[in-house]
Amino acid sequence: MKAVITCEHADFKYENIDALIDLNLEIFPGDYLCIVGENGSGKSTLVKGLLGLLKPTRGSITIAEDLRQGGIGYLPQQTAAQKDFPATVYEVVLSGTLGHRGNLPFYSGEERRMAEKNMERLGITGLRKRCYRDLSGGQQQRTLIARALCATEQMLILDEPIAGLDPAAIRDFYGLVRELNHKDGITIVMVSHDLANVVTQANRILHLQQRVLYDGPAKEYAQHMAAEEMAGEYT
Amino acid sequence: MSLISEMLSYSFLVRALIGGTLVSLCAALLGVSLVLKRYSMIGDGLSHVSFGALSVAVAFGWSPLGISIPVVTLAAFFLLRITENGRVKSDAAIAMFSAVSLAVGIVVTSLTTGMTTDVSSYMFGSILAMSRADVRLSVLLSVIVLFLYLVCYNKIFAVTFDESFARAAGVRVGFYNVLIAVLTAVTIVLGMRMMGAMLISSLIIFPALTAMRIFQSFRGVVICSGILAVIGFLTGLTVSYMCSIPAGASVVLVDMGIFLIFYLIGFVRQIR
Repeated sequence: MKAVITCEHADFKYENIDALIDLNLEIFPGDYLCIVGENGSGKSTLVKGLLGLLKPTRGSITIAEDLRQGGIGYLPQQTAAQKDFPATVYEVVLSGTLGHRGNLPFYSGEERRMAEKNMERLGITGLRKRCYRDLSGGQQQRTLIARALCATEQMLILDEPIAGLDPAAIRDFYGLVRELNHKDGITIVMVSHDLANVVTQANRILHLQQRVLYDGPAKEYAQHMAAEEMAGEYT
Repeated sequence: MSLISEMLSYSFLVRALIGGTLVSLCAALLGVSLVLKRYSMIGDGLSHVSFGALSVAVAFGWSPLGISIPVVTLAAFFLLRITENGRVKSDAAIAMFSAVSLAVGIVVTSLTTGMTTDVSSYMFGSILAMSRADVRLSVLLSVIVLFLYLVCYNKIFAVTFDESFARAAGVRVGFYNVLIAVLTAVTIVLGMRMMGAMLISSLIIFPALTAMRIFQSFRGVVICSGILAVIGFLTGLTVSYMCSIPAGASVVLVDMGIFLIFYLIGFVRQIR
């Protein structure tokens, strides 16, 4: 299978601080990849690199042609400004189609239908006129996923998506992402702190600490880390 | 009725009415984005820069608008740059900018002409300040601002709501941020002749804040704040004529009154 994103010996530096060193990574269609690591381990930098917002200082990140055209759907971390932002669910979801617009000023019927379809798919059609700031965390997350799906059907990148959700909403959220991955074949890249859940959900884990500490099946991750720890104690 | 026809018989009031209505409308529309992006103070900072530029222009006998529009645009550009790079926090940067510009304006003025009526009218505004040529320029520029805002409305929404997503989706976020800054700069320079450097930022923040008390959608807030801005300005101008008080101050107080009414309505709605 051909990788959709390939990183080759990629370095990222911020003013002489190494954020990521010599990163080699291939992401394949249908992957459910979870990026874990401590704060400052380079997770967010990698996400920015994958989105093309940041260029590697050395090495390369190659994005396959069809993914570049289809686009990547991004779920950023919530900003403070969004907490009191007056916007309806429909307005937020519809704005996901902007990437297809180029410089045309207004939305076409096709884009409105796309927004309707994705609201239906995530079960938030009933909330369409509700204000985004009045929604629960879980409903807000569904709105943002619907928006990301308006941007693409190929790959979603989620940056710490479960921060601030209650346990029921977290369960609900993982179910949803798994369905998008299994049923619709959407490639998922997720940054998370939630190790306990992630190892049962994702099929692949990438552990970063400036360098890649682990990249492999989620099933073997726990074993690997335990072994590492043991080895660490003896050396 | 007779009051209105009386007001319309003064040509300087008609000019103020036309220029002011259009400028308030522009300020209100841009204000929604600025308030939501936490840039409320940018209006205040830019108006002080504009004061500095105007004083220098007056001192040297240059065209006031011709000088201050490019200078303020440049300042807006810098303020956004500073915010992006994050070395100096944006609120501190704005405070610094406005203090320095005020100081430059005051120094230049006192060294040359002294505090003339011109300079004090830039500080506190005067409806007499609008000449025929000013009105023509204001109308032209306001129409351009309104047109660009309408055409870029969806992009402006996306950039205001979520910059990271918009960037990832291929929207040229930097371009739209600069566009918002330039449009704001032009609006402020046009409006401050009438409102004064001290009060112009109220045209930007009040309508947006008021509309947000009640409306749930971005579009609703934008439309409502446009309408409120026009109502507030016309009422304020009428009150200023009736009570012989400066127009800028009376517009601000009327806006404050409307805000309180909307706040109460929003509050009552919430507890019901």
